[in-house]
Amino acid sequence: MPISLVEGNSLLAIDVGPSTTRAVLFDVVEGVYRFLAAGQARSTAEAPYKDIGLGIREAIERVQNITGRVLLDPQRRLIVPTQADGSGVDAVVATVSAGSALRIAIVGLLAEVSLESARRLAESTYGQIVERLSLNDRRHPDEQIDALLRARPDLIIVTGGTDGGASHAIQQMLDIVGLACYLMPNERRPAILFAGNSSLAENVQELLAPLSSALRISPNVRPSLDTEDVSPAMHELAHLVNLIRRKQLNGMEELAGWTKGHLLPTAHAAGRIVRFLSRLTGASSGVLNVGLGASSAHVLAGFDGDLCLRVYPQYGLGENLATILHQIPLDHFMRWLSLDISESSMRNAIYQRVLYPSIIPATPEDRSIAQAISRQMLYLAIQAARRDFPENAPVLRPDLMPRLEFLFASGGPLTDGTTPGQNLLLLLDAIQPVGITQVLLDRYNVLPLLGVAASWNAILPVHVLESGAFQNLGTTVSVVSDAHYGTPVLRVRLRYEDGNEARLEIRQGALETLPLTVGQTARLSLQPLRRADVGFGPGQSKTVTVNGGALGVVIDARGRPIPLPADPVRRRELFQKWLWTLGG
Amino acid sequence: MLAPVLHILPLTTIQRKRLLPVPGVLHARLNQRLSAGDVVAEARWAREHLLIDVARKLGVSPATADRLIVCKEGDELIANSLIAMTRGPFPRQVRAPRDGRVVVAGGGRVLLEVGEVNLVLRAGLPGQVIEVIPDRGVVIQTAGALIQGVWGNGRIESGVLFNLMDAPDTVLRPDRLDVSLRGMVILGGIVHDAETLNTAAELPVRGLILSSLNPPLLPLALQMRYPILVTDGFGHIPMNSAAYRLLSTNVKREASVNAESTDRFSGARPEVIIPLPVAIEPVPPADVIAFAEGQQVRLRAGTRYGAIGSIVRLYEEAVSLPSGLRAPAAEVRLETNEELLVPLANLEVVG
Repeated sequence: MPISLVEGNSLLAIDVGPSTTRAVLFDVVEGVYRFLAAGQARSTAEAPYKDIGLGIREAIERVQNITGRVLLDPQRRLIVPTQADGSGVDAVVATVSAGSALRIAIVGLLAEVSLESARRLAESTYGQIVERLSLNDRRHPDEQIDALLRARPDLIIVTGGTDGGASHAIQQMLDIVGLACYLMPNERRPAILFAGNSSLAENVQELLAPLSSALRISPNVRPSLDTEDVSPAMHELAHLVNLIRRKQLNGMEELAGWTKGHLLPTAHAAGRIVRFLSRLTGASSGVLNVGLGASSAHVLAGFDGDLCLRVYPQYGLGENLATILHQIPLDHFMRWLSLDISESSMRNAIYQRVLYPSIIPATPEDRSIAQAISRQMLYLAIQAARRDFPENAPVLRPDLMPRLEFLFASGGPLTDGTTPGQNLLLLLDAIQPVGITQVLLDRYNVLPLLGVAASWNAILPVHVLESGAFQNLGTTVSVVSDAHYGTPVLRVRLRYEDGNEARLEIRQGALETLPLTVGQTARLSLQPLRRADVGFGPGQSKTVTVNGGALGVVIDARGRPIPLPADPVRRRELFQKWLWTLGG
Repeated sequence: MLAPVLHILPLTTIQRKRLLPVPGVLHARLNQRLSAGDVVAEARWAREHLLIDVARKLGVSPATADRLIVCKEGDELIANSLIAMTRGPFPRQVRAPRDGRVVVAGGGRVLLEVGEVNLVLRAGLPGQVIEVIPDRGVVIQTAGALIQGVWGNGRIESGVLFNLMDAPDTVLRPDRLDVSLRGMVILGGIVHDAETLNTAAELPVRGLILSSLNPPLLPLALQMRYPILVTDGFGHIPMNSAAYRLLSTNVKREASVNAESTDRFSGARPEVIIPLPVAIEPVPPADVIAFAEGQQVRLRAGTRYGAIGSIVRLYEEAVSLPSGLRAPAAEVRLETNEELLVPLANLEVVG
């Protein structure tokens, strides 16, 4: 009989996304926390409902239906804590990514230094940068004031100055921000985050507190010229974003009341788990979480405790697609098609998504188009985020992804593939990992919920991560080699627990699988040929223990970057072949 | 399951809020009957500011400059008015470079609001004022036909509706636009070329109602000073039959075209309102509707994009789709009698 190491408290975790709201129930089963059930409903932040509470209650009712446990009383109020009759839950945590992209103005001193830090900070949340002010700005102060007024920011991030350094220049920038805020009507005044020279904190409080809807002062993102640490400021930013959302979204106040402070922006919450896991994986490889939805794409990369958190509204699968189509040729989408689709059909489908971001593929052709769009947008998001990956990220070559031990994918377009093979191929194509990576699908957006739950109970995330809350697609081995197509580049031997063995010789350009079911482990011996690299150095062999998954062990020797044939017929044949290899 | 709704209604009660972006003066009164062109409210709005660094210009400290500044917040200054002056036998002066109003004076500087413009808010549709929002605007109610679209270029105007469409897939060419159409709202169909939009601007027309627009024309469409409302999408898409029937049977009536941008959060959508005389106030549009069998729906994805049909069978639990995905769906009978299995996410209720 297992002995419970945890208190028997149940937890309802709620994720309010732009299009879907999920409720997930965790409780203790045989001494460990388990993911019991998830319910989802359409999000109701937008018109005509304009109240996130409606979608939340619908999602909770689905959990009730699945578990038979009563969570809402007859007046549809959440029952907290658990009652003697077993109804209700003991605690609630929540993450929120619903709401329009925040309009963010960033202010710094030097465009390449503090303004870059402000940009990185702004990109860590659900916003778009609408104005930038710095000393490099050639506009007159009054023009800068007018620019801020025209930008109508929800949030201004001010950075600049080193701790204890000169303050005159940053004071000038603060004056401009203050005057602009003074000229705004009270109800439109933005929230302000000051993350600059900490010796100015008192001045900033005195000057800007009366002129902003909310003011937070965080430790300096650049305490010295050659040091950047945006983490403490990201924490303050998350709280500011919550405050802004509480004004923008009906139902947020009630949700905040239920959660008693355990409420975070979704990406920020997921960042906690990614950072935690990256500490466990150590310096040799990192952890990546990617998400793709109608309103944004997110990329979270953790390397030995350093976190790169980026949210890109411009790479969402909705209205921003029109802008992307003006920036890149249609060919960049067409290259990922697995079926013969005309350019006009592709273009029409993209514009349909611009108008209706939540549509889903109904036919195989629609699916091929949707997956091609998802590949391209995720590819763009990854390329953008890579520029900001920490310097300690372990790379084989500067032009390639760093080594990743875990890859978590979330969001309908990445997890709703009709087969595990389609999901995995999409991720391999868009991200192009190198070395050995375990790929997991987060269908219920559990990762961020664990991030926010960690502040309520530190044991719960550990238990749930070890349980089956994520769909394990398998372990991928991605080979980096300059060998010619068809040349042998890797010998693989997989020794199962029962003593059986499987052997493969992998040629450049191939995608192969070895079966290893969920729950099994095996010893994988990799012997690279012709100085190929599987993450241990050119030509370096190694034997590692790998976990099974829906697709077992997948060897991707297609090349990095993947060289796609220019001929569309040959390209489509290859996609069909790869899909077939991964089970269709 | 809750359904998104596209309003295409032959007769309904419509209430619309008309608000100034900044506080101003209201001209409309409660219960007043308005025509579309009536001015509801006006506001003065300064588009620019001038920051005059008095201390620097006079070469004194900010504290000293504050003592020398002779204007105060709220003062209206004309160009060359005195702002500050030093004392002594050779006084130096700072003067207003332009007409403006002092909004801040202190810290050795003066901030002026300049370049004031008059914002005029028109009713946009004929109707009765049923609510006055102090300093900001009014709520107007009217009865008539309501046709919502999918895209608008941000303009609002009204005029007599004239039909240049022979069928839902008519392509509007520039040679169809002549001077007899000046001042009218044109029901135009599909537009492929910039010349059509430019010719319409030259007449000028009071509005273009299109089924679809060639995507590269979007930047040009945004520059046009007359409203352009797209009912169905981008590319070569015929007008949905519900909108086509309603619009083409209301020609020669006054039509208000509010081509505002779609805002998913506020619920704003581009729309055409055709006021109609009524004896009894008709039922207002329902914004919250659950999917149900028998409902008229419009397809908003796939090769039958824009087609109108009716739900013959509803599957609220997920079913397998031809794509391999599983999702709640409906069997929809199109007007051609073709039946399709469509995910509910790809449908909107017409009503």
